[in-house]
Amino acid sequence: MVTLKELTTEELFTSGHRLCAGCGAGTVARMTLKALRGPTIAVNATGCLEVSSTIYPFTSWKIPWVHVAFENAAAVASGIESAYKALAKRNAWDKHVDIIAFAGDGGTFDIGIQALSGALERGHDFLYICYDNEAYMNTGIQRSGATPHGAATTTSPAGTKIPGKPEFKKDLIGICAAHGIEFAATASPAYWNDYITKVRRGLEVEGPAVIHVYSPCPLGMRHDSEKSIELARLAVQTRYWPVYEVEKGKYKLNIKVPKPKPVVDYLKPQGRFRHLFTPQFQHELDVIQHWVDENWKRITALCGEA
Amino acid sequence: MSRVMGLTGDEAIAYAVKQSNVDVVAAYPITPQTIIVEAFSEYVHNGEVNTEFVCVESEHSAMSACIGSSLTGARVFTASSSQGLALMHEMLYIASGLRCPIVMGVANRALSAPINIHGDHSDMMGSRDCGWIQIYGENAQEAYDWTLQAFRIAEDSNVLLPVTVNIDGFILSHSLEGVEVLEDGDAARFLSTRKPVLTIDPSKPITVGALCLTDYYFEMKCQQAEALKETPKAIDQVSREYESLTGRRYSFIETYGLEDAQAAILCLGSTAGTAKAVAKNLRSRGKKVGVIKPWLYRPFPAKEIVKAAENLEALAVLDRACSFGALYGALGNDVVSALYQEGKKLNVFNVVYGLGGRDIAPFDIEAIFKEALEVAETGLVKEPLKFVGVRE
Amino acid sequence: MSKEGKPGWKSIPLGGILLEPGSAMKYKTGEWRAFKPIVDQKKCINCLLCWIYCPDAAIIRLEKFVDVDYDYCKGCGICANECPVKAITMVEEKR
Repeated sequence: MVTLKELTTEELFTSGHRLCAGCGAGTVARMTLKALRGPTIAVNATGCLEVSSTIYPFTSWKIPWVHVAFENAAAVASGIESAYKALAKRNAWDKHVDIIAFAGDGGTFDIGIQALSGALERGHDFLYICYDNEAYMNTGIQRSGATPHGAATTTSPAGTKIPGKPEFKKDLIGICAAHGIEFAATASPAYWNDYITKVRRGLEVEGPAVIHVYSPCPLGMRHDSEKSIELARLAVQTRYWPVYEVEKGKYKLNIKVPKPKPVVDYLKPQGRFRHLFTPQFQHELDVIQHWVDENWKRITALCGEA
Repeated sequence: MSRVMGLTGDEAIAYAVKQSNVDVVAAYPITPQTIIVEAFSEYVHNGEVNTEFVCVESEHSAMSACIGSSLTGARVFTASSSQGLALMHEMLYIASGLRCPIVMGVANRALSAPINIHGDHSDMMGSRDCGWIQIYGENAQEAYDWTLQAFRIAEDSNVLLPVTVNIDGFILSHSLEGVEVLEDGDAARFLSTRKPVLTIDPSKPITVGALCLTDYYFEMKCQQAEALKETPKAIDQVSREYESLTGRRYSFIETYGLEDAQAAILCLGSTAGTAKAVAKNLRSRGKKVGVIKPWLYRPFPAKEIVKAAENLEALAVLDRACSFGALYGALGNDVVSALYQEGKKLNVFNVVYGLGGRDIAPFDIEAIFKEALEVAETGLVKEPLKFVGVRE
Repeated sequence: MSKEGKPGWKSIPLGGILLEPGSAMKYKTGEWRAFKPIVDQKKCINCLLCWIYCPDAAIIRLEKFVDVDYDYCKGCGICANECPVKAITMVEEKR
């Protein structure tokens, strides 16, 4: 745990990037780079963060940064990690390098799951951060495996017959934990201390670590830009986004929510759920509340909390 | 100075990689390239090399990891074939676009569908525009020699492009031959350590892989095209040095019997070996035939081929891949374009053969030579593109 | 150099590599604003929440309070919304 005053004022993710006003990813990237402990290399999958921060000839990054493709941040990170090991073997490099792979839910849950699984299984020493804005936002708000039930996206629109996405969100941290890695956690930028501490933890772990961080998107989630952090807080306070960690398979709840707000408090400010607040589809709100309740029960049971 | 080992094409490539001080190998198995990866993993597990060997979960991740490694300044190798090569297709363009001097051994195999594990060139031909330097070997010796040279060519500061060393699947990858290999010390001196130009070094932060919009993309591609133009110079330099070590001189093409040939066959890979043997036999019977064997396919050695063909009256270009819907196969198209550009009126016909590992026997080659001689006599090409060896 | 003053293929670094870290600071995103945050520096308690939450690193940490870097502030309003003492107000940008 740190205080804000203790955090470095150095901005390794500079102003001047073209992320939307109020973009959660911008906040997440800045926070992440406040937790560095030494030489660090960033790998970034194709997506909002990558595209908006490196429009040639402008780059917001003040650490070495590599973008290769959409689905392979974890594979590229594996290659970099292996190369530094090899360089160290022949004395061409003598410092430890931390590697952070940034990818959105697009480049992680769906097209990127193979590369992530492979990298976790092989045990490379890197930190994987999935900033989750719950859809393929960069290409125009298409649904992903991370899009929650009922959310309207351009490929799961709020239609007269089908109200948004029928399927439910994948459990990313469950998948990662199943690989037996040392550290996996969820986070929300509204809880900056928890997130930054987790980033530092993830860097310190020898081997793979994964952080799944909520990343609000004013344009895609259709909310007022000033509400980004407020929604990141409501997601946690409605128990929609449980904040927990899994250390060597042991679950621990980091943010207890003894008096949860109803999930509609979190859904109402977002235009992507607007169609559920109609007589025809309002039963879906109960479905979502039920999912939140069951998910909370499942996670807290794993965490050993009653 | 050197010794002869019994090696298959795959083993020859693996042995060359062993001697090349490669830092990282990230590879995924696929028939018939598997032996390259398996032989190399034996070296790793027996402590014979210091290479970091990454058993990635797919070819796409193999090339992704190779790109990541290459960008740090490491010397990198991988291998693939057919579906694996096709799976990493997008990454091939990225590797060359990011100027990563990766060397990849390809045991050429037919592309599905239908699924077939045998040798033809459809896999590499399907990716021929990816910006990689592409070299074809005729036998295991060439596979070994070119792999060693490939690292030097790729890492040349005027080139900085990845290289594929292609050998025919099964025919070369799995056939045992006597291969003259360098002593480890000589190979190490020939290769030395990679001297990278720009790397992702935390002491000098750079951004690699930025979004280049309509105002910059074109310039990056132009740089790649220029680098390919510089490649022959690098190949020339490297192969001269290699000759002084081994006595074996490589170049962009090899020719046989062209001093007085009327008609010739032009083809890549192991088929050229058969063609040379058939040509030798025919020549002993007074037939004026010859063979042109390009080693280098990309960049295409147009000038050298046109010069070699200058006294020919007919040329049969053999393609071991089909370019569906086109007038000629890939190699056929390149040869005809080269001749056209130089204003040479030479009768060319294209033969698609050997798809899916269909054998091409000496009598097939002899028939093609006979047809080429007929074209030379009559001045007429009856069939500009034909399939040889297929049942009707 | 071409007519537009952009460099050609002969002079730009190979492979689209960018050599200058943080060159994005040459791009002033402050032009995007429709609303601008005004900090009442007397009310500000220097808690720095606005600073950590700003997606654009547009909050300047001074000794006793904060200020806004208007060269880059996009006017998203997160700072005003999160300030625990309501020391920041969003006012319409007049251009």
